[in-house]
Amino acid sequence: MKLHSKDILGMKELTPGEILLILDTADSFAEVSTRDIKKVPTLRGKTIINLFYEASTRTRTSFELAAKRLSADAINISTSTSSVVKGETLIDTARTLEAMNPDIVVIRHSASGAPHLIARMVRHSVINGGDGFHEHPTQALLDMLTIRRRKGSLKGLEVAIIGDIAHSRVAHSNIHGLTRMGCRVTVCGPAPMIPRDVEKLGVSVTCNMEEAVRNRDVVMMLRIQFERHRASFPSIREYAKFYCLNEERLALANPGALVMHPGPINRGTEIAPDIADGMQSVILEQVTNGIAVRMALLYLLSGGSP
Amino acid sequence: MKRLLRGARIIDPSQNLDGVLDLLIEDGRIRSLGETTTAGGDRTGIEEWDLTGKIVVPGLVDMHTHLREPGFEYKETIRSGSEAAAAGGFTSVACMANTNPVNDTRSVTEFILRKAREHGIVRVYPVAAISRGLRGEVLTEFGDLKEAGAAAFSDDGKWVVDSSLMRQALEYAASFGMPVISHCEDPFLSKDGAMNEGRVSTELGLQGIPSIGEEIAVRREIALAEYTGVPVHIAHVSTAGSVRAIREAKKAGIPVTAETAPHYFTLTEDLLEGYDTAYKVNPPLRAERDVEAVKEGLADGTIDAIATDHAPHSSIEKDVEFEYAACGMIGLETALGLSLKLVRDGVLTMPQLVEKMSLHPARILRIPRGTLKEGADGDVTVIDPDVFWKVRVDSFRSLSRNSPFHGWPLQGKAVMTLLGGEIRHNEL
Repeated sequence: MKLHSKDILGMKELTPGEILLILDTADSFAEVSTRDIKKVPTLRGKTIINLFYEASTRTRTSFELAAKRLSADAINISTSTSSVVKGETLIDTARTLEAMNPDIVVIRHSASGAPHLIARMVRHSVINGGDGFHEHPTQALLDMLTIRRRKGSLKGLEVAIIGDIAHSRVAHSNIHGLTRMGCRVTVCGPAPMIPRDVEKLGVSVTCNMEEAVRNRDVVMMLRIQFERHRASFPSIREYAKFYCLNEERLALANPGALVMHPGPINRGTEIAPDIADGMQSVILEQVTNGIAVRMALLYLLSGGSP
Repeated sequence: MKRLLRGARIIDPSQNLDGVLDLLIEDGRIRSLGETTTAGGDRTGIEEWDLTGKIVVPGLVDMHTHLREPGFEYKETIRSGSEAAAAGGFTSVACMANTNPVNDTRSVTEFILRKAREHGIVRVYPVAAISRGLRGEVLTEFGDLKEAGAAAFSDDGKWVVDSSLMRQALEYAASFGMPVISHCEDPFLSKDGAMNEGRVSTELGLQGIPSIGEEIAVRREIALAEYTGVPVHIAHVSTAGSVRAIREAKKAGIPVTAETAPHYFTLTEDLLEGYDTAYKVNPPLRAERDVEAVKEGLADGTIDAIATDHAPHSSIEKDVEFEYAACGMIGLETALGLSLKLVRDGVLTMPQLVEKMSLHPARILRIPRGTLKEGADGDVTVIDPDVFWKVRVDSFRSLSRNSPFHGWPLQGKAVMTLLGGEIRHNEL
């Protein structure tokens, strides 16, 4: 089995079979990162470009390490050092990079759909490293890998996603991916943070955090973006009062429920420090699994099969 | 010079006329209309056209066009836009004020009219700005602009947010007998929006433009029209709620008129799924129920006119990230073909379509067009209602290519356009 597209643009485009293929491949690559010498020759001679139009530490580092542990050559381009500051269009930048014959370009961009625009133009593979409020498929895949490794299977799990759903590409990708794999997903946040018609994506909606957490197997918290919050709610203080994952609220979840967060976390805003560092938190496992998932995608898009 | 158009079905709603007749144009004017125009007469010097199977109508009037000149001549010029209009069957177009400089002074209006007359391809009616610089703060000099040749006032592209200023605009325009056209959009509700708000915007992660942003603005204009008694014209109606509000207002006798554009009765928001900027337009493409409501509004007379909102943009504005792309699509060369589908689908009768694309816009603009009465200027459009053709943007007369209808098969088009009796476009 192979991926049907040359690109990974969103979870919406992936079939359950493809998701399983990616997760299984990631499982087999996870071990490489635990070795003393963390390198296999699998993608020797391949060129991966990380084209980041938005600040990122973990995603960019994760892709870079994934490429390097597979022996690919990885180049990072960020807006401050590229010709973007000279006013070059996205399409011109993409074509310029294409002329250098990369195999895969990972793009992060603040505009939804930017990776789609590039993918249509170029021959090489494009991986969406996060676009606007649209999708962040590799985050959803690493979240699903983390859940599966802990819970054995995704099917039938109750998952709550809590925070600024409207402006979260992580939420959007997880909604598509988790519902496709048989999870029941509830989204929760202050009403102005719930996007219109989100229930048509097959999720339940509540504005009550207690209701959202009760009897869940997984509680996924989203980062509150301070620069955006004024449009959606009155104050950080009020947000934390009603939507911070603390001990009392987590107690409503099923025993052994997983606490997840895509990072970076705002301690005390969306998640209490003792919960972020607590027994049920898998936040750092998500980071570790991110490398395995990205290795799997680089491998599969380069024509590899498990 | 005499031209005789023979054998066509002639539809002229201004005279309640629909039948196979001959039309004689002499010295640029409609001379006569009848079954035996030339019987027994002297035929020398008459150019005859056998138009059997065609439909002859008063020249189409587009009350909402962007010609982009002055300022954006790389997108469209008065000449290229006029040529596109003639090719689409239009003999008169009203061009909006959002040029650079903005058409808010006599000199800009005069420039547009001078250029249009030099080319002489179609009649151009400049719509001047309501407010200086389209900033919504101070009224332009309505009287002076009228004398210069402005046909109406509109801040198209922007809503006049200040209700007091809009009231002044209506009352002041009425004192000069000038129509006012409102672009209805509450900018606070549509801020940063890139498409209609709903399931598709949620899935695409694009900031939504809610239908209520248009409807709240429409309802304010209706309230102002009722209070002042001054007619207001609503541009590019796109939502079910707007249609309902205008229908109720008309029922209550409030002087409001409205237009829509072909894309609002043809396309839905679902087409944005591939982030194709050709579909980015303002107001945005709405949901299926809105499209149905717009058609009902056309059918029951709530919506008086079909305009193009022809909005040329180059690849510089369109071949970019979706949220950075400019809004707008061109429509002069596809409007008739798309609108004829309404007739085939039974939404409108052919005479009703002619009303909405010629007589009504002329009446709303208070210009002497939309008629084939004896003595009127010989502005005539010949339509072949049956011909199948494929939309090809590279064959457009417009300088721009931003049409979402590229590749569409359409049925029916304008095959000849006459302005003052002179042929300005001819495919026969």
